[in-house]
Amino acid sequence: MSDDVYIIGVDMLKFGRFPDRTVPQLGAQAALMALDDAGLEIHAMEALYCGNLYQANAMVGQRILQEIGQTGIPVVNCANACATGATAFREAWMAVKAGACDLALAVGVEQMGKGLLGGGGAGTGIPKEGLFGGSTMPTVFAEAGMEHAHRYGTTFEQFAKVSVKNHHHSTLNPKAAYQMETPLEMVMNAEMISYPNTKLMCSVNVDGAAAAVLASGKKVRELGLGKRAVKVRASALTSDPWQARDLVMPDVNSCTRLAAEKAFNMAGIGAEDLDLVELHDCFATAELLHYENLGLCADGEAGRLIDEGETALGGRIPVNVSGGLLSKGHPLGATGIANIYEVSTHLRGEAGRRQVIDARLGLTHVIGLGSACAIHILEKSDL
Amino acid sequence: MSTATQLLPAAPCLRIPDGEPPFLEGQCCGACGSLYLTSRMACSRCGKRDDFHAQRLASEGTLYSYAIVHRSFPGVETPFISAIVDLADGAVLKGNLRGIPADPNQIRLGMAVKVVIDDALGRRDKEGNAYLAYFFEPLEESAA
Repeated sequence: MSDDVYIIGVDMLKFGRFPDRTVPQLGAQAALMALDDAGLEIHAMEALYCGNLYQANAMVGQRILQEIGQTGIPVVNCANACATGATAFREAWMAVKAGACDLALAVGVEQMGKGLLGGGGAGTGIPKEGLFGGSTMPTVFAEAGMEHAHRYGTTFEQFAKVSVKNHHHSTLNPKAAYQMETPLEMVMNAEMISYPNTKLMCSVNVDGAAAAVLASGKKVRELGLGKRAVKVRASALTSDPWQARDLVMPDVNSCTRLAAEKAFNMAGIGAEDLDLVELHDCFATAELLHYENLGLCADGEAGRLIDEGETALGGRIPVNVSGGLLSKGHPLGATGIANIYEVSTHLRGEAGRRQVIDARLGLTHVIGLGSACAIHILEKSDL
Repeated sequence: MSTATQLLPAAPCLRIPDGEPPFLEGQCCGACGSLYLTSRMACSRCGKRDDFHAQRLASEGTLYSYAIVHRSFPGVETPFISAIVDLADGAVLKGNLRGIPADPNQIRLGMAVKVVIDDALGRRDKEGNAYLAYFFEPLEESAA
Protein backbone atom coordinates (compact mmCIF):
# COMPACT_ATOMS: atom_id res chain seq x y z
CA MET A 1 0.00 0.00 0.00
CA SER A 2 1.33 3.41 -0.92
CA ASP A 3 2.29 5.96 1.70
CA ASP A 4 -0.13 8.67 2.81
CA VAL A 5 0.33 12.19 1.50
CA TYR A 6 0.36 15.25 3.74
CA ILE A 7 0.28 19.00 3.40
CA ILE A 8 3.16 20.42 5.43
CA GLY A 9 3.12 24.00 4.22
CA VAL A 10 0.24 26.04 2.85
CA ASP A 11 -0.57 29.71 2.54
CA MET A 12 -2.26 32.33 0.36
CA LEU A 13 -1.97 36.00 -0.39
CA LYS A 14 -4.77 38.21 0.83
CA PHE A 15 -6.80 38.40 -2.37
CA GLY A 16 -7.11 41.81 -4.03
CA ARG A 17 -5.90 43.85 -6.97
CA PHE A 18 -2.18 43.80 -7.75
CA PRO A 19 -1.84 45.74 -11.01
CA ASP A 20 1.86 46.38 -10.41
CA ARG A 21 2.76 42.70 -9.98
CA THR A 22 3.14 39.96 -12.58
CA VAL A 23 1.49 36.55 -12.44
CA PRO A 24 4.84 34.80 -11.76
CA GLN A 25 5.60 37.30 -8.99
CA LEU A 26 2.29 36.62 -7.27
CA GLY A 27 2.78 32.87 -7.63
CA ALA A 28 6.36 33.11 -6.35
CA GLN A 29 5.23 35.07 -3.31
CA ALA A 30 2.65 32.42 -2.41
CA ALA A 31 5.23 29.68 -3.03
CA LEU A 32 7.67 31.32 -0.62
CA MET A 33 4.95 31.72 1.99
CA ALA A 34 4.05 28.02 1.74
CA LEU A 35 7.73 27.03 1.89
CA ASP A 36 8.18 29.25 4.97
CA ASP A 37 5.13 27.63 6.53
CA ALA A 38 6.87 24.26 6.09
CA GLY A 39 10.26 25.65 7.10
CA LEU A 40 11.77 24.44 3.83
CA GLU A 41 13.62 26.00 0.87
CA ILE A 42 12.83 25.65 -2.81
CA HIS A 43 15.92 23.44 -3.19
CA ALA A 44 14.17 20.72 -1.21
CA MET A 45 11.25 20.54 -3.70
CA GLU A 46 11.36 17.71 -6.22
CA ALA A 47 8.56 18.87 -8.54
CA LEU A 48 6.36 21.91 -9.16
CA TYR A 49 2.77 21.83 -10.40
CA CYS A 50 1.53 25.26 -11.37
CA GLY A 51 -2.10 26.16 -12.04
CA ASN A 52 -2.95 29.27 -14.03
CA LEU A 53 -5.68 29.84 -16.56
CA TYR A 54 -5.28 33.12 -18.41
CA GLN A 55 -1.56 32.70 -19.14
CA ALA A 56 -1.77 28.96 -19.73
CA ASN A 57 0.69 29.17 -22.62
CA ALA A 58 3.25 31.31 -20.78
CA MET A 59 5.23 28.81 -18.68
CA VAL A 60 4.19 30.45 -15.42
CA GLY A 61 5.67 27.65 -13.27
CA GLN A 62 9.13 28.04 -14.76
CA ARG A 63 8.91 31.81 -14.38
CA ILE A 64 8.01 31.32 -10.71
CA LEU A 65 11.23 29.32 -10.32
CA GLN A 66 13.14 32.13 -12.06
CA GLU A 67 11.93 34.33 -9.19
CA ILE A 68 12.73 31.96 -6.33
CA GLY A 69 15.23 29.31 -7.48
CA GLN A 70 15.87 27.43 -10.72
CA THR A 71 16.66 23.97 -9.46
CA GLY A 72 16.00 21.98 -12.62
CA ILE A 73 13.02 20.07 -11.21
CA PRO A 74 10.14 18.96 -13.41
CA VAL A 75 7.52 21.69 -13.82
CA VAL A 76 4.02 21.07 -15.12
CA ASN A 77 1.74 23.97 -16.01
CA CYS A 78 -1.93 23.14 -16.02
CA ALA A 79 -5.23 24.80 -16.84
CA ASN A 80 -8.66 23.38 -16.00
CA ALA A 81 -10.99 26.40 -15.82
CA CYS A 82 -11.96 27.20 -12.22
CA ALA A 83 -10.67 23.79 -11.11
CA THR A 84 -7.15 24.79 -12.21
CA GLY A 85 -5.58 25.24 -8.77
CA ALA A 86 -7.11 22.06 -7.38
CA THR A 87 -5.92 20.18 -10.47
CA ALA A 88 -2.34 21.37 -9.88
CA PHE A 89 -2.64 20.30 -6.24
CA ARG A 90 -3.98 16.90 -7.31
CA GLU A 91 -1.10 16.39 -9.75
CA ALA A 92 1.35 17.09 -6.92
CA TRP A 93 -0.58 14.67 -4.72
CA MET A 94 -0.40 11.99 -7.43
CA ALA A 95 3.36 12.45 -7.83
CA VAL A 96 3.91 11.92 -4.10
CA LYS A 97 1.29 9.16 -3.86
CA ALA A 98 2.96 7.31 -6.73
CA GLY A 99 6.29 7.48 -4.93
CA ALA A 100 7.86 9.52 -7.75
CA CYS A 101 8.95 12.11 -5.19
CA ASP A 102 8.70 12.87 -1.47
CA LEU A 103 8.24 16.63 -1.64
CA ALA A 104 6.23 18.54 -4.23
CA LEU A 105 5.08 22.13 -4.54
CA ALA A 106 1.69 23.17 -5.93
CA VAL A 107 0.95 26.79 -6.83
CA GLY A 108 -2.27 28.36 -8.07
CA VAL A 109 -2.20 31.94 -9.32
CA GLU A 110 -4.34 34.34 -11.34
CA GLN A 111 -4.62 37.94 -12.37
CA MET A 112 -8.16 38.78 -13.42
CA GLY A 113 -9.57 41.32 -15.81
CA LYS A 114 -12.68 43.25 -14.92
CA GLY A 115 -16.27 42.67 -15.89
CA LEU A 116 -18.38 39.69 -16.84
CA LEU A 117 -16.88 36.29 -17.52
CA GLY A 118 -18.20 33.92 -20.13
CA GLY A 119 -19.73 34.29 -23.54
CA GLY A 120 -17.56 35.04 -26.50
CA GLY A 121 -18.82 32.20 -28.61
CA ALA A 122 -18.26 31.63 -32.29
CA GLY A 123 -16.01 34.02 -34.17
CA THR A 124 -18.03 33.75 -37.37
CA GLY A 125 -21.42 35.07 -38.38
CA ILE A 126 -23.20 37.31 -35.92
CA PRO A 127 -22.88 37.77 -32.14
CA LYS A 128 -25.04 35.25 -30.28
CA GLU A 129 -25.26 36.88 -26.83
CA GLY A 130 -28.82 38.04 -26.21
CA LEU A 131 -29.98 36.23 -29.34
CA PHE A 132 -30.04 32.66 -28.03
CA GLY A 133 -30.33 33.61 -24.37
CA GLY A 134 -27.32 34.65 -22.33
CA SER A 135 -23.94 33.01 -21.87
CA THR A 136 -22.40 35.16 -19.14
CA MET A 137 -21.44 33.28 -16.00
CA PRO A 138 -24.06 35.07 -13.83
CA THR A 139 -26.67 33.94 -16.37
CA VAL A 140 -25.48 30.34 -16.59
CA PHE A 141 -25.57 30.04 -12.81
CA ALA A 142 -28.89 31.88 -12.56
CA GLU A 143 -30.31 29.20 -14.84
CA ALA A 144 -28.72 26.47 -12.72
CA GLY A 145 -30.37 28.04 -9.67
CA MET A 146 -33.77 28.36 -11.33
CA GLU A 147 -33.58 24.68 -12.27
CA HIS A 148 -33.46 24.03 -8.51
CA ALA A 149 -36.33 26.49 -8.01
CA HIS A 150 -38.33 24.57 -10.61
CA ARG A 151 -37.80 21.27 -8.82
CA TYR A 152 -38.05 22.37 -5.21
CA GLY A 153 -39.52 25.86 -5.06
CA THR A 154 -36.27 27.47 -3.90
CA THR A 155 -36.69 31.25 -3.61
CA PHE A 156 -34.70 34.35 -4.55
CA GLU A 157 -34.51 35.14 -0.82
CA GLN A 158 -32.98 31.74 -0.02
CA PHE A 159 -30.33 32.22 -2.70
CA ALA A 160 -29.64 35.72 -1.35
CA LYS A 161 -29.13 34.36 2.18
CA VAL A 162 -26.04 32.50 0.93
CA SER A 163 -24.46 35.85 0.16
CA VAL A 164 -25.42 37.29 3.56
CA LYS A 165 -23.77 34.31 5.27
CA ASN A 166 -20.57 34.24 3.25
CA HIS A 167 -20.04 37.98 3.42
CA HIS A 168 -20.53 37.75 7.18
CA HIS A 169 -17.94 34.96 7.38
CA SER A 170 -15.45 37.08 5.46
CA THR A 171 -15.51 39.73 8.19
CA LEU A 172 -13.64 37.15 10.29
CA ASN A 173 -11.05 36.39 7.60
CA PRO A 174 -8.22 38.92 7.20
CA LYS A 175 -7.22 37.29 3.88
CA ALA A 176 -10.60 37.88 2.25
CA ALA A 177 -10.69 40.56 -0.45
CA TYR A 178 -13.81 42.07 1.14
CA GLN A 179 -14.74 42.16 4.81
CA MET A 180 -18.15 43.69 4.75
CA GLU A 181 -21.52 42.76 6.24
CA THR A 182 -24.27 42.62 3.62
CA PRO A 183 -27.75 42.38 5.19
CA LEU A 184 -30.45 40.54 3.24
CA GLU A 185 -32.15 43.72 1.95
CA MET A 186 -28.80 44.98 0.70
CA VAL A 187 -28.12 41.74 -1.18
CA MET A 188 -31.60 41.55 -2.68
CA ASN A 189 -31.69 45.23 -3.63
CA ALA A 190 -28.22 45.32 -5.17
CA GLU A 191 -28.01 45.77 -8.94
CA MET A 192 -29.66 42.81 -10.66
CA ILE A 193 -27.14 41.17 -12.97
CA SER A 194 -29.00 38.02 -14.02
CA TYR A 195 -32.09 37.19 -11.99
CA PRO A 196 -31.89 35.75 -9.41
CA ASN A 197 -28.21 36.75 -9.05
CA THR A 198 -27.67 40.35 -7.93
CA LYS A 199 -24.24 41.92 -7.98
CA LEU A 200 -23.65 40.89 -4.34
CA MET A 201 -24.47 37.31 -5.28
CA CYS A 202 -21.61 37.15 -7.82
CA SER A 203 -18.07 36.21 -6.82
CA VAL A 204 -15.54 38.99 -6.94
CA ASN A 205 -12.95 39.21 -9.71
CA VAL A 206 -9.67 39.73 -7.87
CA ASP A 207 -6.05 38.69 -8.23
CA GLY A 208 -4.50 36.13 -5.94
CA ALA A 209 -2.19 33.21 -5.37
CA ALA A 210 -2.00 30.26 -3.02
CA ALA A 211 0.50 27.43 -2.63
CA ALA A 212 0.97 24.14 -0.82
CA VAL A 213 3.91 21.89 -0.04
CA LEU A 214 3.00 18.19 -0.16
CA ALA A 215 5.06 15.45 1.45
CA SER A 216 5.07 11.70 1.82
CA GLY A 217 4.37 10.33 5.31
CA LYS A 218 7.94 9.06 5.42
CA LYS A 219 9.28 12.57 4.73
CA VAL A 220 6.93 14.19 7.27
CA ARG A 221 8.28 11.89 9.98
CA GLU A 222 11.86 12.43 8.85
CA LEU A 223 11.42 16.21 9.04
CA GLY A 224 9.52 16.05 12.33
CA LEU A 225 6.65 18.09 10.87
CA GLY A 226 3.83 15.77 11.95
CA LYS A 227 2.15 18.12 14.40
CA ARG A 228 0.90 20.66 11.87
CA ALA A 229 0.72 18.27 8.93
CA VAL A 230 -2.67 17.83 7.25
CA LYS A 231 -3.47 14.44 5.78
CA VAL A 232 -4.95 14.22 2.29
CA ARG A 233 -7.57 11.54 2.77
CA ALA A 234 -8.99 11.76 -0.74
CA SER A 235 -8.48 13.44 -4.08
CA ALA A 236 -11.06 13.14 -6.85
CA LEU A 237 -11.29 14.76 -10.26
CA THR A 238 -14.17 14.27 -12.68
CA SER A 239 -15.46 15.62 -15.96
CA ASP A 240 -19.15 16.01 -16.70
CA PRO A 241 -20.88 12.73 -17.49
CA TRP A 242 -23.56 12.82 -20.21
CA GLN A 243 -26.80 14.56 -19.30
CA ALA A 244 -29.69 15.29 -21.67
CA ARG A 245 -29.66 19.02 -20.92
CA ASP A 246 -25.95 19.59 -21.27
CA LEU A 247 -26.60 20.47 -24.91
CA VAL A 248 -27.47 23.91 -23.55
CA MET A 249 -26.75 23.88 -19.80
CA PRO A 250 -23.20 23.47 -18.50
CA ASP A 251 -23.60 20.79 -15.85
CA VAL A 252 -22.15 21.48 -12.41
CA ASN A 253 -24.24 18.90 -10.61
CA SER A 254 -23.49 15.45 -11.96
CA CYS A 255 -19.70 15.95 -12.01
CA THR A 256 -19.87 17.12 -8.37
CA ARG A 257 -21.96 14.13 -7.35
CA LEU A 258 -19.57 11.79 -9.11
CA ALA A 259 -16.50 13.40 -7.53
CA ALA A 260 -18.13 13.37 -4.07
CA GLU A 261 -18.91 9.67 -4.39
CA LYS A 262 -15.33 8.90 -5.43
CA ALA A 263 -13.85 11.06 -2.67
CA PHE A 264 -16.04 9.67 0.10
CA ASN A 265 -15.25 6.12 -1.04
CA MET A 266 -11.54 6.83 -1.08
CA ALA A 267 -11.62 8.40 2.38
CA GLY A 268 -13.95 5.75 3.74
CA ILE A 269 -16.17 8.40 5.30
CA GLY A 270 -19.53 10.02 4.60
CA ALA A 271 -20.71 13.61 4.38
CA GLU A 272 -22.00 13.32 7.96
CA ASP A 273 -18.42 12.95 9.19
CA LEU A 274 -17.32 16.34 7.86
CA ASP A 275 -16.71 19.29 10.19
CA LEU A 276 -16.47 21.99 7.51
CA VAL A 277 -16.74 22.47 3.76
CA GLU A 278 -15.30 25.02 1.35
CA LEU A 279 -17.35 24.72 -1.82
CA HIS A 280 -17.53 26.53 -5.14
CA ASP A 281 -19.88 29.46 -4.48
CA CYS A 282 -18.99 31.29 -7.69
CA PHE A 283 -22.57 32.57 -7.50
CA ALA A 284 -24.96 32.45 -4.57
CA THR A 285 -27.26 30.15 -6.55
CA ALA A 286 -24.48 27.56 -6.91
CA GLU A 287 -23.91 27.08 -3.19
CA LEU A 288 -27.38 25.68 -2.55
CA LEU A 289 -27.03 23.15 -5.39
CA HIS A 290 -23.82 21.84 -3.93
CA TYR A 291 -25.30 21.26 -0.44
CA GLU A 292 -27.25 18.48 -2.10
CA ASN A 293 -24.58 17.45 -4.60
CA LEU A 294 -22.10 16.94 -1.74
CA GLY A 295 -24.64 15.13 0.41
CA LEU A 296 -24.75 17.77 3.17
CA CYS A 297 -28.53 17.34 3.04
CA ALA A 298 -31.08 15.34 1.09
CA ASP A 299 -32.22 16.52 -2.35
CA GLY A 300 -34.66 19.39 -2.02
CA GLU A 301 -33.50 20.44 1.45
CA ALA A 302 -30.88 23.05 0.55
CA GLY A 303 -33.30 25.92 1.05
CA ARG A 304 -34.13 24.70 4.53
CA LEU A 305 -30.42 24.31 5.32
CA ILE A 306 -29.68 27.97 4.59
CA ASP A 307 -32.93 29.13 6.27
CA GLU A 308 -32.04 27.33 9.50
CA GLY A 309 -28.43 28.50 9.59
CA GLU A 310 -27.00 24.99 9.50
CA THR A 311 -24.22 26.02 7.14
CA ALA A 312 -23.21 29.17 9.04
CA LEU A 313 -20.24 29.24 11.39
CA GLY A 314 -21.49 27.57 14.58
CA GLY A 315 -24.09 25.57 12.63
CA ARG A 316 -24.20 21.82 12.01
CA ILE A 317 -21.93 21.90 8.95
CA PRO A 318 -20.28 25.29 8.35
CA VAL A 319 -19.81 26.07 4.65
CA ASN A 320 -17.41 28.68 3.27
CA VAL A 321 -16.31 30.14 6.60
CA SER A 322 -13.52 31.83 4.60
CA GLY A 323 -16.11 34.09 3.01
CA GLY A 324 -16.12 31.90 -0.06
CA LEU A 325 -15.63 33.02 -3.61
CA LEU A 326 -18.41 35.54 -3.02
CA SER A 327 -16.40 37.62 -0.57
CA LYS A 328 -12.90 36.18 -0.19
CA GLY A 329 -12.63 36.46 -3.96
CA HIS A 330 -12.22 34.17 -6.96
CA PRO A 331 -8.88 34.44 -8.79
CA LEU A 332 -9.63 31.38 -10.92
CA GLY A 333 -6.33 29.50 -10.78
CA ALA A 334 -5.71 30.30 -7.11
CA THR A 335 -9.15 29.37 -5.81
CA GLY A 336 -8.61 25.60 -5.67
CA ILE A 337 -5.55 25.91 -3.45
CA ALA A 338 -6.90 28.82 -1.39
CA ASN A 339 -9.77 26.64 -0.19
CA ILE A 340 -7.27 23.90 0.71
CA TYR A 341 -5.43 26.57 2.75
CA GLU A 342 -8.69 27.46 4.49
CA VAL A 343 -9.62 23.93 5.49
CA SER A 344 -6.03 23.12 6.49
CA THR A 345 -5.94 26.19 8.73
CA HIS A 346 -9.02 24.96 10.60
CA LEU A 347 -7.66 21.43 10.92
CA ARG A 348 -4.52 22.94 12.43
CA GLY A 349 -6.64 24.94 14.87
CA GLU A 350 -5.13 28.19 13.60
CA ALA A 351 -8.17 29.92 12.07
CA GLY A 352 -8.56 32.52 14.82
CA ARG A 353 -11.99 34.10 15.18
CA ARG A 354 -13.55 31.98 12.44
CA GLN A 355 -12.18 28.68 13.78
CA VAL A 356 -14.55 25.74 13.44
CA ILE A 357 -14.16 24.20 16.90
CA ASP A 358 -12.46 20.79 17.03
CA ALA A 359 -12.41 20.48 13.25
CA ARG A 360 -11.01 17.08 12.26
CA LEU A 361 -12.28 16.46 8.72
CA GLY A 362 -12.92 19.00 5.97
CA LEU A 363 -13.79 18.96 2.29
CA THR A 364 -12.82 21.30 -0.53
CA HIS A 365 -14.72 21.52 -3.80
CA VAL A 366 -14.22 23.46 -7.01
CA ILE A 367 -15.94 23.41 -10.37
CA GLY A 368 -14.43 24.43 -13.66
CA LEU A 369 -17.22 25.09 -16.11
CA GLY A 370 -17.05 22.90 -19.12
CA SER A 371 -16.83 20.92 -16.79
CA ALA A 372 -14.27 19.74 -14.25
CA CYS A 373 -14.88 19.00 -10.59
CA ALA A 374 -12.14 18.52 -8.01
CA ILE A 375 -12.78 17.44 -4.44
CA HIS A 376 -10.25 16.93 -1.67
CA ILE A 377 -10.93 15.54 1.78
CA LEU A 378 -8.44 16.65 4.41
CA GLU A 379 -7.87 15.40 7.93
CA LYS A 380 -6.19 16.72 11.04
CA SER A 381 -2.73 15.26 11.57
CA ASP A 382 -2.49 11.72 12.88
CA LEU A 383 1.29 11.87 13.24
CA MET B 1 -25.15 37.26 -57.90
CA SER B 2 -22.00 37.33 -55.81
CA THR B 3 -22.98 40.68 -54.29
CA ALA B 4 -26.45 39.55 -53.21
CA THR B 5 -26.85 38.95 -49.48
CA GLN B 6 -28.32 35.71 -48.19
CA LEU B 7 -30.65 34.69 -45.38
CA LEU B 8 -28.56 32.41 -43.20
CA PRO B 9 -29.24 30.26 -40.11
CA ALA B 10 -27.84 31.74 -36.88
CA ALA B 11 -27.77 28.28 -35.29
CA PRO B 12 -26.51 25.01 -36.81
CA CYS B 13 -29.79 23.22 -36.08
CA LEU B 14 -31.84 25.72 -38.11
CA ARG B 15 -32.75 24.56 -41.62
CA ILE B 16 -33.90 26.98 -44.32
CA PRO B 17 -35.17 24.93 -47.28
CA ASP B 18 -35.94 26.60 -50.60
CA GLY B 19 -39.57 27.59 -50.86
CA GLU B 20 -40.59 26.01 -47.56
CA PRO B 21 -40.85 27.29 -44.00
CA PRO B 22 -37.66 27.03 -41.94
CA PHE B 23 -37.50 24.42 -39.17
CA LEU B 24 -35.19 22.98 -36.51
CA GLU B 25 -33.41 19.72 -37.03
CA GLY B 26 -31.43 17.63 -34.55
CA GLN B 27 -29.21 14.60 -34.91
CA CYS B 28 -30.52 11.45 -33.31
CA CYS B 29 -28.34 8.53 -32.24
CA GLY B 30 -29.56 5.35 -33.91
CA ALA B 31 -28.37 3.23 -31.01
CA CYS B 32 -29.72 5.00 -27.92
CA GLY B 33 -31.98 7.72 -29.29
CA SER B 34 -30.15 10.66 -27.72
CA LEU B 35 -30.69 13.94 -29.51
CA TYR B 36 -28.02 16.48 -30.41
CA LEU B 37 -28.24 19.94 -31.94
CA THR B 38 -25.03 19.51 -33.93
CA SER B 39 -23.39 16.52 -35.54
CA ARG B 40 -20.87 14.55 -33.48
CA MET B 41 -18.32 11.87 -34.32
CA ALA B 42 -19.95 9.49 -31.87
CA CYS B 43 -22.81 9.60 -29.41
CA SER B 44 -21.57 11.28 -26.23
CA ARG B 45 -23.98 9.15 -24.24
CA CYS B 46 -23.42 5.61 -25.56
CA GLY B 47 -20.32 6.00 -27.74
CA LYS B 48 -21.90 4.54 -30.91
CA ARG B 49 -20.06 5.88 -33.96
CA ASP B 50 -21.43 7.13 -37.28
CA ASP B 51 -25.03 6.22 -36.58
CA PHE B 52 -26.95 9.48 -36.58
CA HIS B 53 -30.04 10.40 -38.50
CA ALA B 54 -31.58 13.85 -38.90
CA GLN B 55 -34.76 14.40 -36.94
CA ARG B 56 -37.09 17.36 -37.20
CA LEU B 57 -37.45 18.86 -33.71
CA ALA B 58 -40.73 19.50 -31.93
CA SER B 59 -42.08 23.03 -32.16
CA GLU B 60 -43.53 23.11 -28.65
CA GLY B 61 -42.21 22.45 -25.19
CA THR B 62 -42.11 23.63 -21.59
CA LEU B 63 -40.00 26.19 -19.74
CA TYR B 64 -37.45 24.26 -17.68
CA SER B 65 -35.33 27.12 -16.35
CA TYR B 66 -34.52 30.75 -17.07
CA ALA B 67 -32.58 33.83 -16.08
CA ILE B 68 -33.52 37.45 -16.58
CA VAL B 69 -30.41 39.10 -17.93
CA HIS B 70 -30.09 42.74 -16.87
CA ARG B 71 -26.40 43.20 -17.48
CA SER B 72 -24.67 41.67 -20.47
CA PHE B 73 -21.76 42.46 -22.72
CA PRO B 74 -21.46 45.95 -24.19
CA GLY B 75 -23.95 46.58 -27.00
CA VAL B 76 -26.35 43.80 -26.02
CA GLU B 77 -29.83 45.11 -25.32
CA THR B 78 -31.23 44.20 -21.90
CA PRO B 79 -33.28 43.02 -20.16
CA PHE B 80 -34.03 39.75 -21.90
CA ILE B 81 -35.15 36.36 -20.69
CA SER B 82 -32.63 33.60 -21.26
CA ALA B 83 -34.70 30.42 -21.30
CA ILE B 84 -34.02 26.69 -21.23
CA VAL B 85 -36.85 24.79 -22.90
CA ASP B 86 -37.56 21.06 -22.89
CA LEU B 87 -39.04 20.26 -26.28
CA ALA B 88 -41.81 17.69 -26.48
CA ASP B 89 -39.50 15.21 -28.24
CA GLY B 90 -36.76 15.24 -25.59
CA ALA B 91 -34.46 17.82 -27.18
CA VAL B 92 -33.42 20.83 -25.10
CA LEU B 93 -32.97 24.33 -26.48
CA LYS B 94 -31.74 27.60 -25.07
CA GLY B 95 -32.97 30.91 -26.40
CA ASN B 96 -34.78 34.16 -25.68
CA LEU B 97 -38.27 33.93 -24.25
CA ARG B 98 -40.32 36.82 -25.63
CA GLY B 99 -43.91 37.94 -25.59
CA ILE B 100 -43.95 38.05 -21.79
CA PRO B 101 -42.64 40.74 -19.40
CA ALA B 102 -39.12 40.19 -18.02
CA ASP B 103 -40.57 39.83 -14.55
CA PRO B 104 -40.19 36.74 -12.34
CA ASN B 105 -43.74 37.20 -11.09
CA GLN B 106 -45.08 36.71 -14.61
CA ILE B 107 -42.83 33.87 -15.76
CA ARG B 108 -44.00 30.44 -14.64
CA LEU B 109 -41.54 27.54 -14.59
CA GLY B 110 -43.09 24.65 -16.49
CA MET B 111 -45.23 26.91 -18.67
CA ALA B 112 -45.97 25.76 -22.22
CA VAL B 113 -44.06 27.59 -24.94
CA LYS B 114 -43.76 27.36 -28.70
CA VAL B 115 -40.72 27.76 -30.92
CA VAL B 116 -40.89 30.74 -33.28
CA ILE B 117 -38.40 31.23 -36.10
CA ASP B 118 -37.81 34.88 -36.89
CA ASP B 119 -35.23 37.45 -37.95
CA ALA B 120 -32.11 37.44 -35.71
CA LEU B 121 -32.84 40.82 -34.09
CA GLY B 122 -31.61 42.65 -37.17
CA ARG B 123 -28.05 41.47 -36.66
CA ARG B 124 -25.94 41.32 -39.81
CA ASP B 125 -22.52 39.81 -40.46
CA LYS B 126 -19.61 41.64 -42.08
CA GLU B 127 -20.90 40.77 -45.56
CA GLY B 128 -24.32 42.23 -44.72
CA ASN B 129 -26.11 38.89 -44.63
CA ALA B 130 -29.32 38.65 -42.61
CA TYR B 131 -29.92 35.71 -40.26
CA LEU B 132 -32.80 33.69 -38.92
CA ALA B 133 -32.91 32.63 -35.26
CA TYR B 134 -35.34 30.79 -33.01
CA PHE B 135 -37.22 32.26 -30.06
CA PHE B 136 -39.76 31.03 -27.54
CA GLU B 137 -43.19 32.51 -26.91
CA PRO B 138 -45.82 31.55 -24.33
CA LEU B 139 -48.25 29.09 -25.89
CA GLU B 140 -51.39 30.20 -24.03
CA GLU B 141 -51.15 33.82 -25.11
CA SER B 142 -50.62 32.95 -28.75
CA ALA B 143 -53.76 30.83 -28.71
CA ALA B 144 -55.86 33.65 -27.30
